[in-house]
Amino acid sequence: MTALLSVRGLSVSSGPLELVRDVSFDVDAGERVGLIGESGSGKSLTALAVMGLLGEGLSASGSVRLGDEELLAASELRQCELRGDAIAMVFQEPMSALNPTRRIGDQVGETLRIHRHLSRKAAERAAVDLLARVEFTEPERYARMYPHELSGGQRQRAMIASAIACDPGVILADEPTTALDVTVQRRVLELLDRLVDEEGCALLLIAHDLAVVSEVCDRVITMYGGRVVESGSVSQIINEPRHPYTQALLATSKALSVSESSLGSQLPSIPGTVPSAGHFPHGCPFQDRCDRRVEACQVMPEMVETGRRALACWNPVVGATPSSGGEAA
Amino acid sequence: MSSAVLPNAPAAREVPADEAFADLERRGRWLRNPSVVIGGGIVALVVLSAIVSIFWTPYDPLAVNPAHALAAPSWAHWLGTDEYGRDEFSRLMASSQIALFVGALSVLIATAIGIPAGLLAAAREGAISQVVLRVTDILYGFPALLAAVVLAAAFGASKMTVVLAIGIAYIPVFIRVTRSNALVVLNSEYVLAARAYGRRTFSILRRHVVPNIATTIIAQMSLLFSLAILAEAALDFLGLGTVAPTASWGTMLASSQDYLGSDALLTLWPSLAIVACVLGFSLLGDGISELREARRRS
Repeated sequence: MTALLSVRGLSVSSGPLELVRDVSFDVDAGERVGLIGESGSGKSLTALAVMGLLGEGLSASGSVRLGDEELLAASELRQCELRGDAIAMVFQEPMSALNPTRRIGDQVGETLRIHRHLSRKAAERAAVDLLARVEFTEPERYARMYPHELSGGQRQRAMIASAIACDPGVILADEPTTALDVTVQRRVLELLDRLVDEEGCALLLIAHDLAVVSEVCDRVITMYGGRVVESGSVSQIINEPRHPYTQALLATSKALSVSESSLGSQLPSIPGTVPSAGHFPHGCPFQDRCDRRVEACQVMPEMVETGRRALACWNPVVGATPSSGGEAA
Repeated sequence: MSSAVLPNAPAAREVPADEAFADLERRGRWLRNPSVVIGGGIVALVVLSAIVSIFWTPYDPLAVNPAHALAAPSWAHWLGTDEYGRDEFSRLMASSQIALFVGALSVLIATAIGIPAGLLAAAREGAISQVVLRVTDILYGFPALLAAVVLAAAFGASKMTVVLAIGIAYIPVFIRVTRSNALVVLNSEYVLAARAYGRRTFSILRRHVVPNIATTIIAQMSLLFSLAILAEAALDFLGLGTVAPTASWGTMLASSQDYLGSDALLTLWPSLAIVACVLGFSLLGDGISELREARRRS
């Protein structure tokens, strides 16, 4: 089975600075892949590069294939035809991603007007149906409202409605629940989960929270310093993380979920901070914050694939659970 | 903009009533702004007198009557007469036509070129933007007065030379205002979202950028309209624009200066007209900007 979305050797640079380096991953049709990492690890830039929406001064190289088409080499016109139709994006901040001066229905139906050439009336009717699908109880009324009249969760659901409007093959969701109240995060996540299921489309879910990703996704990709450091199935990553960075992320995430029992004790954190772009050490980008650092870390470790797992580390965590003994690298 | 509605409120109100309320509130805000009311009032008065003067003035503004030269204000001649016995009030009314014509046409020329060029410079960073901006700098550096002298020398002084000189001088202003405001909108996340929907640059400019910068542009047009009227009067005064005997505030000022000692009123009337007109348009422009700021804050 060939991948629906195939990213190979993707790099994003701003002048001499490489912000995303040599990122490769596949997303199969209907598959849900999580992309995790701290802020500044290059997740969002990767998504924007896939969409062809990098800002001025940023350039992408490598290969992004959607089905049989090479996106990076496609003309701007062709990219516009694909965006919103074959590949859609849900943004982090639904308030700023909606135009404050246009009604919700108008914006939800926008993709249909662009790609299906619906009339204004028809697009508005379709928008009402879409709003109903994202669980608005009175879709006609909400379609006439402006973004500021909706709550954060409602706005994000409206954004999701516009993303699924044209039945895209792939949806990129860039931290879709980060800006929301904790109480509505789950609802939006469940909605996204259900819709992706119903539509049968693939999902690339960007998050910094492993708990969010493990709930929705089949596979996880960990990024750090603009590189992919580890990937594997959700159960593999959660039960036996091999990259020290994934392990550290997991530790912080687990601590949050059991924090009630460990009240009073300090929350675990990853020592140090993510260096700013261009200030990563030579070799493995994580070496300065890593407690498993060895001599070899001065050189960038190669990505080693074993089955469905891939890892770039000279001194991986081994045998957190005894069952992983057979996997000697 | 019913800012009173809380975003999270379950908003059980009926929408039509809500919209009607918002509409009333919007209108009320315009009428409560003193700059808009006073500026708009003066502008309306000038426009009205210009329109009326096309069909009717108390006297023919060009009719010479030596018997009544330099008459003081009276019931027959409300503002008196000039050195040729022409009725001052009629001449002031007729002059407002020229002031508005020059103001409107020069601002139109400046916007017709400046706004598209500004949008282009904003939407296409890189070589095109650089070219537009460098041309803008050159236009900025070229004095309007010199342009007026050159045009008057080449084509003869007329109100069209004034229109061209002022219009060209204002092009860079509109390029800069349009570009800087358009860039703010283009860098917003909802434009990124619109691009993610597959919107192309041109339709993003039309659907998102132009509606969002329209008020700023209109305010700028009003301000430049007032400056254009001032510039027109100055150029006429110097003999680079409308020439005697046609009535314009600038030519009236020019001919009145010989009588400044004896009949200062002849200088006062056109001066008052210019001040009022400039004040009216710039107040209107300020008022529009204020309302825009208020709306942005709410």
